[in-house]
This record gives sequence, structure tokens and C-alpha cells, in this order.
Amino acid sequence: MDIMQVIKDQIENNDILLYMKGSPNQPLCGFSARTVQAVMDCGQKFAYVDVLSNQDIRANLPKYGNWPTFPQLWVKGELIGGCDIVTEMYEKGELKTLLEEAAPAE
Amino acid sequence: MSQERTAQLIEQKLSMLEPKFLRIDNESHMHSGPATDSHFKVTLVSSAFDGVRTVARHQKVYGILSDELAGPVHALSLHLHTPEEWQTDSTIPDSPACMGGSKHD
Repeated sequence: MDIMQVIKDQIENNDILLYMKGSPNQPLCGFSARTVQAVMDCGQKFAYVDVLSNQDIRANLPKYGNWPTFPQLWVKGELIGGCDIVTEMYEKGELKTLLEEAAPAE
Repeated sequence: MSQERTAQLIEQKLSMLEPKFLRIDNESHMHSGPATDSHFKVTLVSSAFDGVRTVARHQKVYGILSDELAGPVHALSLHLHTPEEWQTDSTIPDSPACMGGSKHD
């Protein structure tokens, strides 16, 4: 499948999706570590993609979202932002609200 | 290319946003890898961000600095404010330390 289609499917099929370097338990970049910590702290289930082990996605996602760096948090198909924006939203309590509204009902 | 040169280029290009405040911190020393002009933090206050949501502000700056991001700049931390927001809160957050995930790049 075309890589752009793969990215599109991932974003459309996961209400809360974090593209990061490393995994939530073992982030491999300070920006990814800080972002995933904020997302985990909000207590909702989320999907993640490690772009270090998916080089195709790492190379092409920046074009898809017009966003050149990682991490990237996508919620309900919309790019929320990277580390700076997610951290700011977390500190204001906005991230928790956003993720609670986006999380699929149990 | 020296690190001062990269910072100068960033400053020069961002002047098109007519900044009321612009600070460029070279944070490359906090990170792995051989590059000394790879990680920057930009704090910029401009009326160009009035009524523009945060994601679009970042995309605007990424667009202006696309050559640098495709080249030497590996990480770019952005703190982008309108003059009004800056008046209320002018703190500049610290960036995280590197964890080495891209050191083989």
C-alpha cells in the first residue's frame, strides 16, 4: 500500500495517536519523552507509532501533516501539535479535556 | 557552517514576521550527535500571530525555515506569542534533554 495511504489510515482509525521516537516505556528523545508522559498522565488509551523503527513513516509524515518534526499528536484526525504545544495544553488542563472527549467510549 | 551562522540565518528569515521580541537559543549542547548547530529554541512575539491558532503559528514558522529544517536544524522548539499574550505571560519554558534516539542519523 502507498505510504501516504498507510498514514491516512492510521490517523483516521485511531482517535488518539502519537507518532514518537521510541516507545512510551522507552522513549528515545527528550521531546517524545515529555510528550508521551503528558498524554499518559491524562489516563486515556492511545495508539503510538515509533518512527525510528518505521523510517517510511518518519520520512513521509512531515509532508502529510505539514509538520517537519517529531513527536506529533493527532486526535480525531487532526494534528494537535508537537512537544511545545502538547506540554502547554497539558499544563493548562486542556489536554485532559481534549483526550477525554476523543477517547472511545468503553 | 558555524552555529552562529545558522542562528543568524534563522533570525534573518524570521524578521519578516516583524517580531516585537525574538530570542534564539542554541541548545545543541544538550543533544547527541556531532552537529553543533542542530537544536534551537525560538521565542518570538509578533502581531502576525493575532487570531492564528497555535498549530498554524508553528506551521507558519516551519514554512519560513523549511530550508534550515531540511538541512542543519534537527530540532526546533517554538514558543510563539502575540504581543497581548506575551504581556500576560512572558516565561520561556526549558526544553527537555536529549535521550540519544537519533544519534545514528
